[in-house]
Amino acid sequence: MPSDAIILEMRSITKEFPGVKALSNVSLTVRAGEIHAICGENGAGKSTLMKVLSGVYPYGTYSGDIIFQGTEMRFKDIRSSEAAGIAIIHQELALIPELSITENIFLGNEPTKWGAIDWVGAKRTAFELLARVGLRDDPDTLIKNIGVGKQQLVEIAKALNKSVKVLILDEPTAALNESDSQHLLDLIRGLKGKGISSIMISHKLNEIEQIADSITIIRDGRAIETLDIAADGVNEDRIIRGMVGRSLESRFPDRTPKIGEVFFEVRDWTVQHPQVSERMVVKGSNLTVRTGEIVGIAGLMGAGRTELAMSIFGRSYGNYISGQIFKDGKEIELRNVGEAIVHGLAYVSEDRKALGLNLLDDIKRSIVSAKLSKISAGPVVNDSKEYSIAEEYRKNLRIKTPNVDMGVGKLSGGNQQKVVLAKWMFTDPDILILDEPTRGIDVGAKYEIYGIIQALAAQGKGVILISSELPELLGLADRIYTIFEGAITDCIDGADADPESLMKSMTSAKKKVRSI
Amino acid sequence: MSSNTAPIDTKKDEGRRSIFGRGKNNLRQFGILFSLIAIIVLFQFLTDGLTLSSGNLINLVSQYSYILILAIGMVMVIIAGHIDLSVGSVAAFSGIVVATSMSEWNFPWPLAILFGLLVGAVIGAWQGFWVAYIGVPAFIVTLAGMLIFRGGNQFIGNAQTVPVPDGFTLIGAGYLPEVGPATGYNNLTLVLGFVIAIAIAVREYRARQVQKTMHSEISPLWASVLKVGLLDAVVIYATFLFAGGRVGTSFPVSGIILGVLVLFYSFVTRNTIIGRHVYAVGGNKLAAELSGVNSRRVNFLVMMNMSILASLAGMIFVARAGASGPQDGLSWELDAIAAVFIGGAAVSGGIGTVIGSIVGGLVMAVLNNGLQLLGVGSDLVQIIKGLVLLVAVGVDVWNKSQGRPSIIGLLTRNRKVSDPPTPPPAVLPDAGTPASARPADNPTN
Repeated sequence: MPSDAIILEMRSITKEFPGVKALSNVSLTVRAGEIHAICGENGAGKSTLMKVLSGVYPYGTYSGDIIFQGTEMRFKDIRSSEAAGIAIIHQELALIPELSITENIFLGNEPTKWGAIDWVGAKRTAFELLARVGLRDDPDTLIKNIGVGKQQLVEIAKALNKSVKVLILDEPTAALNESDSQHLLDLIRGLKGKGISSIMISHKLNEIEQIADSITIIRDGRAIETLDIAADGVNEDRIIRGMVGRSLESRFPDRTPKIGEVFFEVRDWTVQHPQVSERMVVKGSNLTVRTGEIVGIAGLMGAGRTELAMSIFGRSYGNYISGQIFKDGKEIELRNVGEAIVHGLAYVSEDRKALGLNLLDDIKRSIVSAKLSKISAGPVVNDSKEYSIAEEYRKNLRIKTPNVDMGVGKLSGGNQQKVVLAKWMFTDPDILILDEPTRGIDVGAKYEIYGIIQALAAQGKGVILISSELPELLGLADRIYTIFEGAITDCIDGADADPESLMKSMTSAKKKVRSI
Repeated sequence: MSSNTAPIDTKKDEGRRSIFGRGKNNLRQFGILFSLIAIIVLFQFLTDGLTLSSGNLINLVSQYSYILILAIGMVMVIIAGHIDLSVGSVAAFSGIVVATSMSEWNFPWPLAILFGLLVGAVIGAWQGFWVAYIGVPAFIVTLAGMLIFRGGNQFIGNAQTVPVPDGFTLIGAGYLPEVGPATGYNNLTLVLGFVIAIAIAVREYRARQVQKTMHSEISPLWASVLKVGLLDAVVIYATFLFAGGRVGTSFPVSGIILGVLVLFYSFVTRNTIIGRHVYAVGGNKLAAELSGVNSRRVNFLVMMNMSILASLAGMIFVARAGASGPQDGLSWELDAIAAVFIGGAAVSGGIGTVIGSIVGGLVMAVLNNGLQLLGVGSDLVQIIKGLVLLVAVGVDVWNKSQGRPSIIGLLTRNRKVSDPPTPPPAVLPDAGTPASARPADNPTN
């Protein structure tokens, strides 16, 4: 049971990135032996706060104090926070697949005897640690041969080996199935009985309700409130209200939608995970888009938004299982990206550096790269057309660059995103899928990109907008689908939608899809 | 303005550009070309004028043309993010097959050449299949190919040399024939030289016209005149050297083949869809695929093309030597790869040019040739070549780590990156949106 002894206190933490204040005056108090949940929308600042705590952002890059077990801490890296007894387990596991469980547990911390690694001792310790986390696998098993759930447990065993006192878990159950999740939650509860405090970031509110002792809600880089589960009678609705409770500012250009008939439809769309064959990342989803309409897709990270979009876009993600796509009343088959482009689809990736652009290329070549045939005579690309088209987009989208010969790698995020938008506008799409089109972009550029999106809809194109920012969806979309664990859970008219109802559908599997 | 040095990427970069101007940039872009000229001048001096003599120049071209042909294919392989270690063995294999086809099966030599190219295509398809469709790294596939085709050469030729007929030697040891009036020079070489000189001038004129119609930055007239003047002077000087050699020699046929290939592949890499796709796949494979590029097909074609060019190089070598032997093409792959990297290509792919690789190959060729003329032993020549490779790429990598562009070049592009017409405006993080349009409150995201 939580005692009143405070083990960790973060006081007035402020962390700024160039142009963005990620955390503003956030304080967090964790009592010894409690499970403390941190809730907030994507990008609210949860992960940043945990990175400050674990030394990923070293002392001096933030302002504020960290008091741990009564002393002020100045961590300079992860090793120093681990040495003090604070361990973080990241969403993306930091295990090496080709090494065994034992080798991973002791990586960077190898026990030595006479200067050589003491593998016998290490294995014995590993065996004990595995027993503590309830894993009965052979410590010699390679990490790649055990499932994600067990890997998560190995991570915890690794932390326990460093005699951890505060364990930070970033979305620990995001990639786990129901029973693995339950096992993990039980384990966290068991650790609490042994006096280990956990700080848990999770989007799954039912889990939080189930195991957390207290909850701190972060919104827009500020700690909004800390709720005591036992005392305050907290339920999911209460948490959601805390998470989204903000008024919408006039951040969007004015627009009068001119919406026509349904011309694009996805039916019963099911997609398998590319590696894990039993896992369906998209399950029986249905989706319609009308001309001139901006359709939003709301879902938490890992809910299957990107997977849905990319699999529609020429099966560029996962393995196609079932489903049909109709455009203008006719069924079309999009077996690869080339076919998708020919049929008038465009997909602007959420990760413009890894998937959207060749950063070695210049602006003009990037803009025409998805439909070179449009400016070519046979196999030969027409340079002067390329140049004048690129110039046109530079002017229309106000890409800030002295000329279009500039390398895209040198542009700012907002301007890179405009280049990606130009690249896909150049393909003359009828359906534009925009995946997080404003991620990592400053406010001014965002406003301009909203304008571009609205202009595209005004031309009668269908826009599918995926966003983690609910205000963005509420401000732009005419209709919003919510997606949870790969399934579409609701479809809400833009005018009727509010953050609470969206968040509810984004975090529960309730199936009540309405069609239009 | 640029006096403000706040750490915002675009701004910092533009600030530097406007401070140092484009002179520094251009100096760097033409770095390898200057090195080549410096090396030529150095050896010309050290060898008492032997380097730029007719005989040596003719010899240089026919001796290194096949390495340069390999470099053309290799740069495309490297741009796509692969490597080909098998080119020497493939060249030797095609050489022996072609020689055998003529001596044993009595193929007429033109047919034998076509047959050799076909052999190259088949080998290339084999290697391309493993790289592109099975996904075996090209390093492994071509390491295997290096063994397979070296062994194949010795298997077919019984580890013996196989001679080739006279007609066939034309492509490796042939020269432009003597025609027309006795001028004391080889007339065809003169004609060829003057055509090239005129073409250079016409091309510059047309480039300026294009720049005008596109309202882009036009380089000053004197710069164009100087550029054309210098290039034409070099071309005409070389023309007279090539044309004025020993009677019976002139510009080598293999040099003409090389020249045609350079023009063709420069055009392909720069101006065609498939060329763009090669750069796209090498620069960011995932992004290329999401733009509709069939990356497998690109990888397949690039590997196949390499083997075809390797076969051609092998045949030219055999034609020059008069026979195909078991030791042909040994360590050619290393010379070709060195040429490409000296020419500014990136090991990680996505960067490189045909012209750059040719210049890189010429640096190695002139170095080799000059050292030989000086009577330096092959042991020292190897050491020096190794150091040159290391230093050239080292300088390039160091420059990149300093955030400067790679040496390669804009010298190969028609439109240079021009300086901004006016001093660049300071780019603020959210500039561009009128203040009135921006929301008063900037929420974090």
